[in-house]
Amino acid sequence: MTAWEPPDSRRRSLHGYHCQAKMAEEREPPPLGDVGQADFVEVEDGEDLFVSTVTTIEQLSPTTPEPSCLPAEDISTNSNGPKQEILLDDDQEDLFAEATEEVSLDSPEREPILSDGPSPAITPVTPTVIITPRAEASMFDRSLDEDEDTEENGDTFDMQITVSDPEKVGDGMNAYMAYKVTTKTSLNLFSRNEFSVKRRFSDFLGLHSKLASKYMHIGYIVPPAPEKSIVGMTKVKVGKEDLSSAEFVEKRRSALQRYLTRTVTHPALLKDPDVIQFLENTELPRAVSTQALSGAGILRMVNKAAEAVNKMTIKMNESDAWFEEKQQQFENLDIQLRKLHASVESLVCHRKELSVNTASFAKSAAMLGNSEDHTALSRALSQLAEVEEKIDQLHQEQAYADFYLFSELLGDYVRLIAAVKGVFDQRMKTWSKWQDAQLLLQRKREAETKLQYANKPDKLQQAKDEIKEWETKVQQGERDFEQISKNIRQEVGRFEKQRVKDFKVVIIKYLESLVHTQQQLIKYWEAFLPEAKAIA
Amino acid sequence: MAVRLPVVVRGGKELLCSRFLQLRSVSVDLNNDTPLLIDIPDALCERDKVKFTIHTKTTLNSFQKPDFSVSRQHEDFIWLHDTLVETEDYAGLIIPPVPPKPDFESPREKMHKLGEGEATMTKEEYTKMKQELEAEYLAVFKKTVQVHEIFLQRLSSHPAFSKDRNFQIFLEYDQDLSVRRKNAKEMFGGFFKNMVKSADEVLISGVKEVDEFFEQEKTFLLDYFGKIKDATAKAEKMTRSHKSMLLACTVTTPKIAELLEKLRKLEARVASDQELKLTELFRYYMRDIQAAKDLLYRRARALADYENSNKALDKARLKSKDVGQAEEHQQQCLQKFDKLSESGKKELTSFKARRVVAFRKNLIEMAELEIKHAKSNMSLLHACIEQLQSN
Repeated sequence: MTAWEPPDSRRRSLHGYHCQAKMAEEREPPPLGDVGQADFVEVEDGEDLFVSTVTTIEQLSPTTPEPSCLPAEDISTNSNGPKQEILLDDDQEDLFAEATEEVSLDSPEREPILSDGPSPAITPVTPTVIITPRAEASMFDRSLDEDEDTEENGDTFDMQITVSDPEKVGDGMNAYMAYKVTTKTSLNLFSRNEFSVKRRFSDFLGLHSKLASKYMHIGYIVPPAPEKSIVGMTKVKVGKEDLSSAEFVEKRRSALQRYLTRTVTHPALLKDPDVIQFLENTELPRAVSTQALSGAGILRMVNKAAEAVNKMTIKMNESDAWFEEKQQQFENLDIQLRKLHASVESLVCHRKELSVNTASFAKSAAMLGNSEDHTALSRALSQLAEVEEKIDQLHQEQAYADFYLFSELLGDYVRLIAAVKGVFDQRMKTWSKWQDAQLLLQRKREAETKLQYANKPDKLQQAKDEIKEWETKVQQGERDFEQISKNIRQEVGRFEKQRVKDFKVVIIKYLESLVHTQQQLIKYWEAFLPEAKAIA
Repeated sequence: MAVRLPVVVRGGKELLCSRFLQLRSVSVDLNNDTPLLIDIPDALCERDKVKFTIHTKTTLNSFQKPDFSVSRQHEDFIWLHDTLVETEDYAGLIIPPVPPKPDFESPREKMHKLGEGEATMTKEEYTKMKQELEAEYLAVFKKTVQVHEIFLQRLSSHPAFSKDRNFQIFLEYDQDLSVRRKNAKEMFGGFFKNMVKSADEVLISGVKEVDEFFEQEKTFLLDYFGKIKDATAKAEKMTRSHKSMLLACTVTTPKIAELLEKLRKLEARVASDQELKLTELFRYYMRDIQAAKDLLYRRARALADYENSNKALDKARLKSKDVGQAEEHQQQCLQKFDKLSESGKKELTSFKARRVVAFRKNLIEMAELEIKHAKSNMSLLHACIEQLQSN
């Protein structure tokens, strides 16, 4: 997957999804009062793979209602509610969320909006929720400033990462593959415009592990690293120079490139020092804890299991239908993609089989041609054999295309969706933490009340201190929860857009490869036809 | 081509399938301007049995009407073929190979699966599978009608066979032939099967060939038969994997799913056309060459008989006993052998010409079909790419 250069307006809106630690979002403002109207013109019939299920505010942008940008209406078969409501809801929520963001920066005017309810996202569209023009105006002002910043920061997402030249380093079981990671960019983040480093697979895993631990709990969807394969790697280590290990290395190389490209496409991850270090530094400390059979690896597995159990015990009071819906959508998407993945793999398998059978038929036809005593027919049969051989080659190439283009993409997305689900789980954990803090605060308050009657001044003071401490924790918990909820909304929006784009690109490429195959077929058969006609 | 689609009885029971097919005759052989024109305009499939409608147009006086039709089953074709094989007079001719039994095994399996899985499938999946099933039925149907038709057309265009009494009965008799069939079975039983078994042995080993032509033919046919048998098997395998290579698409996107569906149907057409033109061609000629080999075998037997009769004559002369009888027997054998050799030569020469013509025709048709399908494939794909890009 090569990095893409999105057209102008989309670019800006993509960067509009930055969630910088210090600033409010750089978002394109909605046109004043123009919410949820005829801008949502393009309604494509249920193209699930190509329709983002999230309305994004930039679609309201006065610049371009891009037709290729996703139609806002969620027409997928997964959607639960009628379309129009979802539209408006999203808008309201997004705007409201923005207002909340302002609140957290301690602008006093915003207080009343927050105190409306515990959760920032309110599903029913009530008049009280509609943003006052004042709020809008200030948001508008702010966002304009931020927009300029983004322009300077590198308007073009000009960055291309290639992973190439796999090289075997070392011998025996300690051997590993080193990959060359080349970055070409004009972004100011980096000291040079073009540079490359050598990395091994565990480095990639290490990077992912660091990013996951930093960002997943605040709701960022961290792209998953390619999967480990003990069998595959062992073959390579042992030095088996056969087709399957070459295929394995190529598969991995391609997966690593896609992984890095996805990672740097994420605006926050791109700026992460670990990422920059990964791309730039010649030497990287070895990430040992990523080994599958290491102590750390086992610890990770145990943690995963524990988390799974915890997940089942948390019963979250979902006050926000958006999240529930999204989770359901992702579940469904997951199932669909897995099914599709399985069927593409079976297609690849069958095509390879067809290629083998075509080759053996070609040989047989050649022998028949030799045996034929009518000269012209004999020649025609030999030609037929040659054509079939070429077709066999074609099938092989097509199988390759089937696989790399389609199958790998599907596999990537199945894993990505797992990451998305993980992020939703993190939100649940955050909520749970917040609830626990509230519970504890209540107990402390109860304890304090009791102590008031017990005339123990020391203990009373301690209790009061603890209450203060837990009040802060509760507030923090609430903020964390709001923050992660907000981040997830943005992330999901970004994810959906990216998914639609990815699939579109890949499917077009795949179709083009099919076209090429057909062109070749025409060429071969047209060359054969005169031979057949020449049989006298 | 008019097709009436089968009525699928829900509940997983075996379908009662009724199907009418209007086919333009697609024959491998040249159907000359003969006074006897035969085609199979439609066929009916009921459970296991296929009933072919044989339509005859003739200017010959030996028939009662100039234009008539009868209904025949596959077993009737076998009967006709067997009677021809058993007829001494035709020993020197290549008897057109009997058409293979209609094989609805694969579609029937699918039908079972459809019935069983009905409860668990969505409406779309069910409809799609049903369509696939119908397409497969159609393909098998096309094939079986074609081979049966070709068989009859071979007979009708042959100077000797077209005049055969049993052939005439087959075409004209408006009642069921099953009575006659039973008699035939009792008479011939497995007799000629035993003959065929040892045919190759006799050809390869025993008899010393006196005629250069036949020596060459023998070598050629034996070798060619092996090669074409192998090629047939490989072609069948290839066709099978081509057919099974379907992108079963569960993508919910209607537009994309529709396109992939069209592509799939096109691929299936390519596979089945390839089968019709290539695999079927090889299959047919494999059987035809077997029939030619049978001719060679019969001639070799006749030669062996002749040589034995010579030996018997010598013995008789030595013993001075039954010489006249032995002489007569020897004469008969010689005559028979000469007759076989003469007609055999003619048959084998025309067989070669026929084969070359058939190969040429089918190879050309196959190449043209492949080109046509690839072109439509391409335009479909282009349309889809455009649509996606404009989205």
